[in-house]
Amino acid sequence: MSFLDTLEQARAQDDFRPLLAQIPYAQLIGIQFERFGKDVLFRLPKNDNNIGNPILPAIHGGVIGGFMELSASLHLMMTSESTALPKIIDFSLDYLRAGRHQDTFAECQVWRQGSRVANVAITAWQTERTSPIATARAHFLLT
Amino acid sequence: MTISIKTRAERFLATLRHGQILGLTVEEANNDRLVMRLPYHAQIVGNPMTGTVHGGSLTTLMDTACGTAVFSVLPGFELCPTLDLRMDYMKAASAEQDLLAIARITRIADSVVFTQCDVVQGEQGDVVARCAATFMRIGEQMTPPEFRAMIEQGASS
Repeated sequence: MSFLDTLEQARAQDDFRPLLAQIPYAQLIGIQFERFGKDVLFRLPKNDNNIGNPILPAIHGGVIGGFMELSASLHLMMTSESTALPKIIDFSLDYLRAGRHQDTFAECQVWRQGSRVANVAITAWQTERTSPIATARAHFLLT
Repeated sequence: MTISIKTRAERFLATLRHGQILGLTVEEANNDRLVMRLPYHAQIVGNPMTGTVHGGSLTTLMDTACGTAVFSVLPGFELCPTLDLRMDYMKAASAEQDLLAIARITRIADSVVFTQCDVVQGEQGDVVARCAATFMRIGEQMTPPEFRAMIEQGASS
């Protein structure tokens, strides 16, 4: 099945796991998600290949960014009517704590969704939701 | 023996496991700029319809290019955590083409280092993405000795 068909089917059946399986970058870092009604919790399981600094050891900051960016676009796909893949316009990422070599979680908040652009805030944490390791803000083009 | 900026950059990059997964390489490193290559590979594709790489791999490329530039030009062996990254994705990257990050340090202050980076592609050097990144200086004494040894002796992870 083509990616576009998979996307349409994911929307129709409200099941996005087959879609995720077709995005190579999602498979590379190993992102997962769990839906609770309209809420979505994203998870990045502990993975040796995502490590940056080997001595701490810590997750590569770029992987944390990629995980949060992917979470935001998946969140938009699950919650918006748009038929296309959201295109990232810009991304602002603040690192608050080192990402330890353990599972990481993320949740997204769509603050504004216009006809063309969406503004999404992303929070990532490990042990406690109230002590995030990173926060980010992204704009996506919805076409 | 003094280690050149390029060698410092290569050894620093060699310690980053995820950098190896993406196949990042240092093409050039001096006091003016650092150039890092992200080879095109099917595993980093974000849009299977177009073959465009995912923004996350560009985030890693830019973070690594700026961070490597900072580590390589600071006088000691200072590990500087990223404070923040601000990225603009100006156009979709073309499929099947490598991406080059050109990182520059704009200011080295006592506690913070400011950097900028462009990601370009193709013969025309089309700018695909751009970022500003800041790094915290936590001091050379915070660098673990075993990490220092990896840079001085060139042991890879």
